[in-house]
Amino acid sequence: MQNAENSLVDEKLVRWHFVAGLVCLLLSMLGGLTYSFQFLGRYPFPGLELLSPGRIRMFHTNMIAYGWIVNAFIGGLAYVVPKLTDRPLASRKLSWTIFFAWQLIVVLMGGGILAGHAQGIEWTETPLFVDPLIVLGVVLVTINIFVPILKARHEAYYVSVWYFVAAMIWTALNYLMGNYLPQYIVPGTGGAAITSAFIHNLVGLLVTPLGWGLLYYFVPAVLKKPIYSHALSLIGFWSLAFFYPLNSVHHYLYSPIPMFIQYASVVASVGIHVVVYTVAYNFFATLRGNGTALMSNIPLRFFYLGIINYILTCFQCAVQVTLSAQQIIHFSDWVVGHAHLVMFGVFGFWILGMMAYLWPKMYKRPLPWGIASAAFWLCAAGNFILWADLGVAGLIQGFLWRHASVPWIETIRASQPFWLIRTFAGTGMLAGIVLLVVALLKTARGTSAEAGAPAGLPVEG
Amino acid sequence: MRPEKFSFVFLVGGVLMFFFAFVTLVASPWWMLKKVPVAQMEELALHPDEYFTQMKAKYPDTFAAAFGADDSAGYAKALKMGRDIYIAEACWHCHSQYVRPVPGETERFGKVSTATEYQNVLQLPQLFGTRRVGPDLTRVGGKYDNTWHFNHFKNPPALVEGSIMPSYAWFFDKEGNPNAKGLAIVTYVQWLGTWPRVKGLDEEW
Repeated sequence: MQNAENSLVDEKLVRWHFVAGLVCLLLSMLGGLTYSFQFLGRYPFPGLELLSPGRIRMFHTNMIAYGWIVNAFIGGLAYVVPKLTDRPLASRKLSWTIFFAWQLIVVLMGGGILAGHAQGIEWTETPLFVDPLIVLGVVLVTINIFVPILKARHEAYYVSVWYFVAAMIWTALNYLMGNYLPQYIVPGTGGAAITSAFIHNLVGLLVTPLGWGLLYYFVPAVLKKPIYSHALSLIGFWSLAFFYPLNSVHHYLYSPIPMFIQYASVVASVGIHVVVYTVAYNFFATLRGNGTALMSNIPLRFFYLGIINYILTCFQCAVQVTLSAQQIIHFSDWVVGHAHLVMFGVFGFWILGMMAYLWPKMYKRPLPWGIASAAFWLCAAGNFILWADLGVAGLIQGFLWRHASVPWIETIRASQPFWLIRTFAGTGMLAGIVLLVVALLKTARGTSAEAGAPAGLPVEG
Repeated sequence: MRPEKFSFVFLVGGVLMFFFAFVTLVASPWWMLKKVPVAQMEELALHPDEYFTQMKAKYPDTFAAAFGADDSAGYAKALKMGRDIYIAEACWHCHSQYVRPVPGETERFGKVSTATEYQNVLQLPQLFGTRRVGPDLTRVGGKYDNTWHFNHFKNPPALVEGSIMPSYAWFFDKEGNPNAKGLAIVTYVQWLGTWPRVKGLDEEW
């Protein structure tokens, strides 16, 4: 491929991060699907310690966070930061060191969890011996992208760069706080407040800002026009920076954490409406006049369905954090559905869109239209069904739990039809991802020149 | 000062906003609870319960090899090991450890949880949990006898028809007797909720 030593973007690095991310995604989804069979009473590996459902559950979530999303984001940053600053990353050697180090982290993490070395903190069940490596990795990525940003010496940076800079600082602080304070220093209730901040910040201060930062680059790049409003992007960024870190304790409402803190987190959570509507309006106003592009452009479909899911998930968030809603839905499958809408339906879609845009661009060949479009619809439908299904299941569970006369096991029986639908919906999502991987492989091998494929995907530089 | 500047984003957005949330909300419960001393292992294991002694009588060889005697030192060892298994097997992803002031919960799981009950080293890290597939375990200690727990870990649906809890075959040896892991996890489960009672934190319960 076109990979001159001194080129602006190391395309090979970007591609390999995407490949590693997709491998992790497939492994994680296989894990999730396997886990779902436990809920149907038909687990394929009963009594097998290394593939015990509990361990598979932690493997599933951690592979998504650190294997899939972070890998894909590092790849995306390696493309976008040089483009925005007109300077290559700090060092080619450092970039590849990060790539290999991160894959080592992912292998140690997945293997460690399955071997029974999980840490007892949600979203970072990553074994304790891997944690320092992750901190080191975050620091190295920060150096790698800060050098070109600082060298560019812009008086005012583009919105994507704000999100990247803040996300790196937040993540370094958050990872240290969430992994070490509750593990060694702060027990019980105080530790729970800190853990809730970690859980929330991992999504709110790592995945969300990096996701938006990449989208602020890719949507204008695909549409070939600037973002609608600079002022709205300012409001979106600063309200995220202010409100998101204050949301945290809404993960443990009605817990022994002091009530005034719980109330404050509920109020702050309602504040995220400011973020959602300003940012979403900005993107839809950018699309105005180009809406028909959604018919023929797979990346754009992933981006905008992701934004619609983001509105949906944040609206859901601002409603479900109220204390009355929490009585019913907390501890239930509603939350699991919500989490899948966020991680797959929003950030997963944005990453898939980014890949569907960059991959054909790098190989100078379009994606096979039929396969890519089928992949999009399978992912979209599977994810929506899974979300709606688990939402209803959560409500049923919550209302049954309220009645102490209902034996616990009845709440399991009542959930089982929904868990069956969940397994089917998840299979659809997995099939969608497999199809997308097939489409990317065909593009890479140059066998994607299908007859009658609309030229919807931008190929030109 | 333009808010689009690197230094402004870095310092105000990245550092200041994070610490503002940390100080006002995230770390304040920690400071508020500082006056409640954190119970160490010696205190938690001061009075080994009858379930621990019963294990020693029933499985003397495994017990002696794993924990020594049924004194405080052995009990502390078993509790610590059981808690670690509880984490490694992700028990806490399907069983919560806090009872909420919400209808139905007190009838099912006992008194509403209070912050002081969690001021001990076995809640490092805290094990509140965020999902209930199975019931809450805050006060499950003593609800069933050891034999029930061993049979349940071996094959949950045999005791609770329709249960979807996995079988934990690796807690048992070839003859079907609990190994060190099996003894430790049951010791921990039987301990849950008993410490606040001994301590007098939970008198009404």
